[in-house]
Amino acid sequence: MSLLALQRDFRQWLDIESAEAAARIGEHAAPGLSVYLNNYRSALMACLAESFGSVKAWIGDDAFEGAAATHIERQPPYSWTLDDYALEFPETLDAIYVADPEIGELARLERELGRIFVGKNADPLDVATFADIDWESAKIDFVPTLTMIEVTTNAASIWSSLAEDKRPPDAEMLPRPASVAIWRVAFMPTFRTIEDSERQAIEALAGGATFSALCATFVEAHGETEGAALAGRLLSQWIADGLIAHIRAQSFQPDNRAARTCKNDYRVAE
Amino acid sequence: MLTQHQFGLGLRKPHYADFLDGEATVPVDFVEVISENFMVEGGRPLDILHRVRERHPVALHGVSMSVGSADGVDPDYLRRLRSLADAIDPLFVSDHLSWSRIEGFNSHDLLPVPYTQEALDIVSANVARAQDVLGRPMLIENPSSYVSFTGDMTEWEFLAALCARTGCGLLLDVNNIFVSATNHGFDAIAYLNGIPAERVRQIHLAGHSQGRDLLIDTHDKPVPDSVWSLYAAALARLGPVATMIERDDDIPPLADLLHELDVARRVAVDEKRLAA
Repeated sequence: MSLLALQRDFRQWLDIESAEAAARIGEHAAPGLSVYLNNYRSALMACLAESFGSVKAWIGDDAFEGAAATHIERQPPYSWTLDDYALEFPETLDAIYVADPEIGELARLERELGRIFVGKNADPLDVATFADIDWESAKIDFVPTLTMIEVTTNAASIWSSLAEDKRPPDAEMLPRPASVAIWRVAFMPTFRTIEDSERQAIEALAGGATFSALCATFVEAHGETEGAALAGRLLSQWIADGLIAHIRAQSFQPDNRAARTCKNDYRVAE
Repeated sequence: MLTQHQFGLGLRKPHYADFLDGEATVPVDFVEVISENFMVEGGRPLDILHRVRERHPVALHGVSMSVGSADGVDPDYLRRLRSLADAIDPLFVSDHLSWSRIEGFNSHDLLPVPYTQEALDIVSANVARAQDVLGRPMLIENPSSYVSFTGDMTEWEFLAALCARTGCGLLLDVNNIFVSATNHGFDAIAYLNGIPAERVRQIHLAGHSQGRDLLIDTHDKPVPDSVWSLYAAALARLGPVATMIERDDDIPPLADLLHELDVARRVAVDEKRLAA
């Protein structure tokens, strides 16, 4: 038997426990193949349990084990790193718990918190450079770990309670769908539920819009005073939250009214 | 090449604080880490590794290179490992004589390779490719195994041929020799006599468990007497090597592992006396 044929048989044994493949591997191989099968399943089960501790606490050990077994059946591992095996588990939970959307959302939050734990580092923002920033041309770079997920339930509150060993609230639907921004401050993953307007602002800036363009959008939507105040509040919040990695600007051009308005507002907020 | 025996430990999460806190450094000559745990973009684990590296030489030990894969080694994996190695300047870079990945499926286990000429050609090509990308020779570790195949040569003959073809070194896992010798009925001393002693740079020591039919390489117990005896027999054949205790489960306080490492030091001293 060629090496490739042997390895395909091993795969079939581990993936679908094929008796034919096991027989081809060796007449006396059964005890050893059982060890490898146990190792394979144990490693995947342990990976999921470690990656989704809050989901496990929320649905209970037996239910979690059943869900993990279903995931192992439907999704063989493909990546060199076991960390990647956790990525699609929320979709498996969605399929199993159709009537309990908080479970998949809790898993998505937990997956992202785990993913950004080893994400790219960002240097702390140097607030001392703000005096020189031309806010008209300023572009904002968020920290590289920033990601957002959509939620329809109070999964974020459930996660927080479980993380603090408190009794979690009952699952409930939010009045309207929301987003959770997830990022890392220094080495500590963190998150905050955000309004639609903030999500759209983050997406616009992450897509390359200038801060003055964002201000102009807000001024158009909410009027000059309220629009500028909203932009200023968001900027202040992002700085305080450690969400911003850099503010990039070209040369100072003082004749853009929206930018000036936002700049002044930011100074008040600061 | 080492000029004298060195003694180290696997760096594991429960001991991070021991290795980083306080003025005194932990009395080891090196630490070994699982490469894949640090092949990441950033965050606390990588920061810890860099801080430990300021205090100790670090060996990178992989579990996912899959040098036995019939469809070759993963270039993305090799690039990431190269990047880590460049950042850490490791004492050694090692992985196992095994396979875990085939055609997009990854078992995340160290599966056995048949010791055939075809497999030797494939493993040699994979190790050579890895060494090219890494820009340094690797150490290949003998695996523990639970299935054996009819082959063209013994495991030690396979390893000797692999070293000769690729210039790689060996990481000799003494516990794995004991486990596989027991499971497959070969002579552990014949194994030690058959490996190219001059290629051995590092030794792993660990514990194992008795399964229903087979010995299992569990790394969850102290090194047993049977493995200490085999270690002494190995040292009698080898030049200076870097020995470490490999504990991955039921991890005890660091002091217990340092005590075990002292046993290894005493065995080395005794062997030196006997040789003199």
